[in-house]
Amino acid sequence: MRPDPIQRLDTTFFWDACERGEFLAQKCEPCNKLWHPPRPMCPDCHSLEKSTQNLSGKATILSWVRQVRPASFGFKESPIVILVELEEGLRMVSNLVGDEPPEIGDPVEVDFAKTSGGKAVPVFKKVAS
Amino acid sequence: MVAASQQACIVGIGQTEFSKASGRSEQQLAAEAVLRACQDAGVDPKSIDGMTTFSLDNSDEVDIMRSLGCEEIKYTTRLPQGGAASVATIVHAKNAVESGICDTFLIFRAMNERSQYRFGQPHFNISPDAHSSTFMEWCFPFGAQTPAAWEALSCGPYLNKYGVTSEDLGRIAVTFRKAAATNPASWFYEKPITLDDHQNSRWIVEPTLRLLDCCQESDGGVAIIITRADKAKDLMQMPVRILGAEYSMLFNHEIISDFYAGDLIRNENSEIVADRLEASTGIAPKDTNVAMIYDNFTPQILRQLEGFKYCGIGEAKDYVKDGHLELDGKTPLSPNGGLMGEGYIHGMNNITEGVRQVRGQAANQIENANTAFIASGVAGAIIGK
Repeated sequence: MRPDPIQRLDTTFFWDACERGEFLAQKCEPCNKLWHPPRPMCPDCHSLEKSTQNLSGKATILSWVRQVRPASFGFKESPIVILVELEEGLRMVSNLVGDEPPEIGDPVEVDFAKTSGGKAVPVFKKVAS
Repeated sequence: MVAASQQACIVGIGQTEFSKASGRSEQQLAAEAVLRACQDAGVDPKSIDGMTTFSLDNSDEVDIMRSLGCEEIKYTTRLPQGGAASVATIVHAKNAVESGICDTFLIFRAMNERSQYRFGQPHFNISPDAHSSTFMEWCFPFGAQTPAAWEALSCGPYLNKYGVTSEDLGRIAVTFRKAAATNPASWFYEKPITLDDHQNSRWIVEPTLRLLDCCQESDGGVAIIITRADKAKDLMQMPVRILGAEYSMLFNHEIISDFYAGDLIRNENSEIVADRLEASTGIAPKDTNVAMIYDNFTPQILRQLEGFKYCGIGEAKDYVKDGHLELDGKTPLSPNGGLMGEGYIHGMNNITEGVRQVRGQAANQIENANTAFIASGVAGAIIGK
């Protein structure tokens, strides 16, 4: 089954939110900028004051692959890996639900998948274009 | 610009055999390569007074000193970014000797990355806070767990935009293996491949990388000795001058998992390196006589040919198809067979080949190789007579 996410002090809010079914990004409190991957300091204004913002979950596929050899560790079958750009402009690596390869540019929306240790990660499913 | 007498020169190169099972420790591979580099140069290993390697190298500086008997090290540094920074070792070596801090500077890299650990396989026991591996947090739970998977994901937009086919990538692999076939030091000596072989090789990562799009996993060690021109002239080999060496790491960019910034098409850091090299040396990479370009996976050759300005954006697949990378073409590419054909010592064996080419000592010698460009994505150097 899918491996648990590695959780670090600076990033655990992201994964904890996924367990609650919430899709969040780090937001810099003074300057309102969103950042992903999360980081301890805002690289623009250098504030340490962070909050979070709910993301729309709407995204576009920029790239996709499937790791064939070796097969993806922890999975029954290697999933389709996608790089997405979120509506808010952030990018992240995730999975496309199902086993049908997408086209670059396909619109997708967020869902959540359980991991072996009962955590959750954001994944995406196709939406009608 | 430094005076000619103070210019950094590569004076010694050493390497072990490149194999799949060295049968000895990484420390020993490193020590053997360093000794050979010193013997090649005609310097006493005890006189080495500075050194650099990769942050990923397992051999500690203290242990290198213990084996080689180095009396005093005045300057050490370790470089992030894996093989992408292999040529950045040259930047540090140049600065260390031209500044006068060091007289005899060592670059080393040794690995049993085939027999001791599989460099291309998932490593799920890496600490998330370990150097260079925080990116794993955002890839591993999604099944993107190998260098090949990260590479394929990051180059997808480029390949898609310019309609690069698997055959286009295959021609690059064929070129490397053709050169390797006539280099006795290469693992694939006398084993060229055809485009059909490439097309019939199994998928490693769909829809991009077949087995023959990937570099090898190798055991071996490489070492390089650098000093200043005034000292170099009394040594065993013709000094190979470091005419220029540049490095560029950009905000929010990663290396093989370079997903979060930029247009996913251009190699902006390579473009900056190419411009700085031309400004500081008066020579553009494309004007050198041989190109040693880091070949972890075939798409990297296309993006670096464009990044280092051998051709325009989107034109690299045709540049390859037109035969320019052949050893008698205008951009002879890695006459040792590169990391795919010769061996994968994290890029360092491409630097030693560049030196052999300028010396005129290579197995597949390019005629009149007065200058060579050695490059690894974020770093590049021009070396010459």
